[in-house]
Amino acid sequence: MTRLNLVEAINLALKQEMKKDKSVVLIGEDIGEDGGVFRVTDGLAKLYGNERVMDSPLAESGIVGTSIGMAIAGLKPVAEMQFEGFIMPALDQLINHASRIRNRSRGRFTCPLVVRCPTGGGIKALEHHSDSPETYLIHTPGLKVVMPSTPYDAKGLLISSIRDPDPVIFFEPKKVYRAIKQEVPEEEYLIPIGKAKIVKEGSDVTLITWGSLVKTSLEAVQHISDINVEVIDLRSLSPLDTSTILNSVKKTGKVVIVQEAPKTLGFSSEIIAIINEKALYSLEAPIERVTGYDVVIPLPKNEDLYLPSQEKIIKAVEKVTKNAI
Amino acid sequence: MEKVIEKFSVKYLQILNENGSCDDNLKPSLTNKEIKKMYELMILTRAFDEKALKLQRQGRLGTFASIKGQEACQIPSAIQFLKEDLVVPAFREHGLYITLGLPIEMLFQSWSGDERGMKMPDKVNILPISIPVGSHPLHAVGAAMAFKLQKKKSVAITFFGDGATSEGDFHEAMNFAGVYKAPVVFFCQNNQFAISTPIKEQTASSTLAQKAIAYGFEGIQVDGNDVFAVYKATKDALQKARNGKGPTFIECFTYRMADHTTSDDASKYRKDSEVKKWEIKDPILRLKKYMIKKNIFSEQFELETKRNAEQKVEEAVKKAEAIPKEKAEEMFNYTYEKLTPELKEQKENVRNENK
Ligand SMILES: Cc1ncc(C[n+]2csc(CCOP(=O)(O)OP(=O)(O)O)c2C)c(N)n1
Repeated sequence: MTRLNLVEAINLALKQEMKKDKSVVLIGEDIGEDGGVFRVTDGLAKLYGNERVMDSPLAESGIVGTSIGMAIAGLKPVAEMQFEGFIMPALDQLINHASRIRNRSRGRFTCPLVVRCPTGGGIKALEHHSDSPETYLIHTPGLKVVMPSTPYDAKGLLISSIRDPDPVIFFEPKKVYRAIKQEVPEEEYLIPIGKAKIVKEGSDVTLITWGSLVKTSLEAVQHISDINVEVIDLRSLSPLDTSTILNSVKKTGKVVIVQEAPKTLGFSSEIIAIINEKALYSLEAPIERVTGYDVVIPLPKNEDLYLPSQEKIIKAVEKVTKNAI
Repeated sequence: MEKVIEKFSVKYLQILNENGSCDDNLKPSLTNKEIKKMYELMILTRAFDEKALKLQRQGRLGTFASIKGQEACQIPSAIQFLKEDLVVPAFREHGLYITLGLPIEMLFQSWSGDERGMKMPDKVNILPISIPVGSHPLHAVGAAMAFKLQKKKSVAITFFGDGATSEGDFHEAMNFAGVYKAPVVFFCQNNQFAISTPIKEQTASSTLAQKAIAYGFEGIQVDGNDVFAVYKATKDALQKARNGKGPTFIECFTYRMADHTTSDDASKYRKDSEVKKWEIKDPILRLKKYMIKKNIFSEQFELETKRNAEQKVEEAVKKAEAIPKEKAEEMFNYTYEKLTPELKEQKENVRNENK
């Protein structure tokens, strides 16, 4: 086994799936010779040629739109969006077509494609390079949305995504692209879409989060000695692993949700609704959420003021504990 | 029956060649003073660029996109814009901002990750940088449609790269411009790369200028390292737009001398020897050669120009770095004209947290 970071783990998954299945092709801006701006596809063009690792013109709607066609015609395209801000031109293709082909044709045509997309802030980048747009996609029936937070999960989840019969948006939290190294097996393994992971067991408070904030949250709760926090990494945002959430809530009675996206209609809103519907009487305190604000994420100078920090997370855990009846 | 029903041709314009020789028949009428002014602005822009790259390496600036090599695409055109015109740029347009009068400290401020750097002073009619590639030309077309409706003589000018011509919105912008005969100038800086993607992989068209033909208006390719060619093409296009004759597409054929941005490593995808070839075509060097030939250049002028530029840039850095951080709660104030109740509450919380 080798210790890999997230970028390397994704690269390995692509490499192995491309070897195993000739129908897997990659398409995106600068993904060939350059290996992608984050080097996720490094070396793959050399290995599999420009016909299967396609450097595309600068056009996201073009990339996703042609990927849909390729998928319908029997390939398994894995498209790369360079940054989350630039998935926007492709939303028309994703929301109006990719997600609906199965329904529209009553199953006659399907769209097994993966759209890989770096996401999130905390890397001191230019505008449009620090957003968290997952809600737009989760909200779209017919799209699956996953966001691994570790190298191990990234590899297993990407393989599941490529083999999935439906379109999957595979978000890559770029803040932790190289921040975590982990043992990642060479051998094939799958992380199922739709399964959350309890990354730290606890009995007092359930902390639910995803993406790069899993790391931040785990670091934060280390500073809390008197409250035993259970940390859940959702990994899969749609479909959502409701039962892992509810079981934990029933155990702890107290919930904190940590989300980087703006507050209003962020994914935490939906999680709160589900808990209210299915486990309201288990709650001992109002649910706390630590989120971004309802503003454009500030540029680097003031970015940290926006992002959920360890301090904000600790405060929320303490508050929900204090508020418990 | 079968017959040819349309035929097209695309013009190329070069006035000042690599050796500094000038085609006097085509040369726009410019005073020596105006020529010197362009030279000074190009030197100033380059001094800014070099300083920005240095600051970035020292961790004093964020990711930065160098303009090196493209100065002649921007300065000779920007000096002709009128106060009432609107400029709609992409992100590699430092030469435009400097020429149009944005204080250089604000450019540094912006590239260091502070929103306030893009708050244009009154009468500096250029929009903030636009990072999403290819979607902003539509805004120029819309502004031009507005000018037409308002019976103004203003023109909208939009700048973008070769990569931008692949985006769908770019084509919608071109189509609208043609359909509405909008007073707009499309200014494409074809520096032959979109990050690592060479122009040959960006489009199968042999020129970008010819794309305009499909939308019903003129496209011209000019030598983008030639101040006079860019000046003339811009002048003609502006005049045409002001006279109600509609849009023009100008392809400035040039070369991106630096990495795409400071996060990029161009040695991964292009050869140094290719870059070297373009060094001798440097737009500033070329103008210098011309000025020497015409006896309007001296060593002292060069020294002074460089010294002035460096001084201006150093002062700007000092000013920029002395600006205190923006208050935390300011992030809420520009979402809407007035704070919503929800934003008011969030702002209050942030104010208390950051007391
Ligand atoms: C819609 C969109 N997709 C991708 C990017 C990432 N990106 C930033 S600059 C760039 C290349 C732009 O090339 P070009 O338009 O030729 O301008 P240049 O950088 O050469 O000035 C890319 C792909 C982006 N900013 N916007």
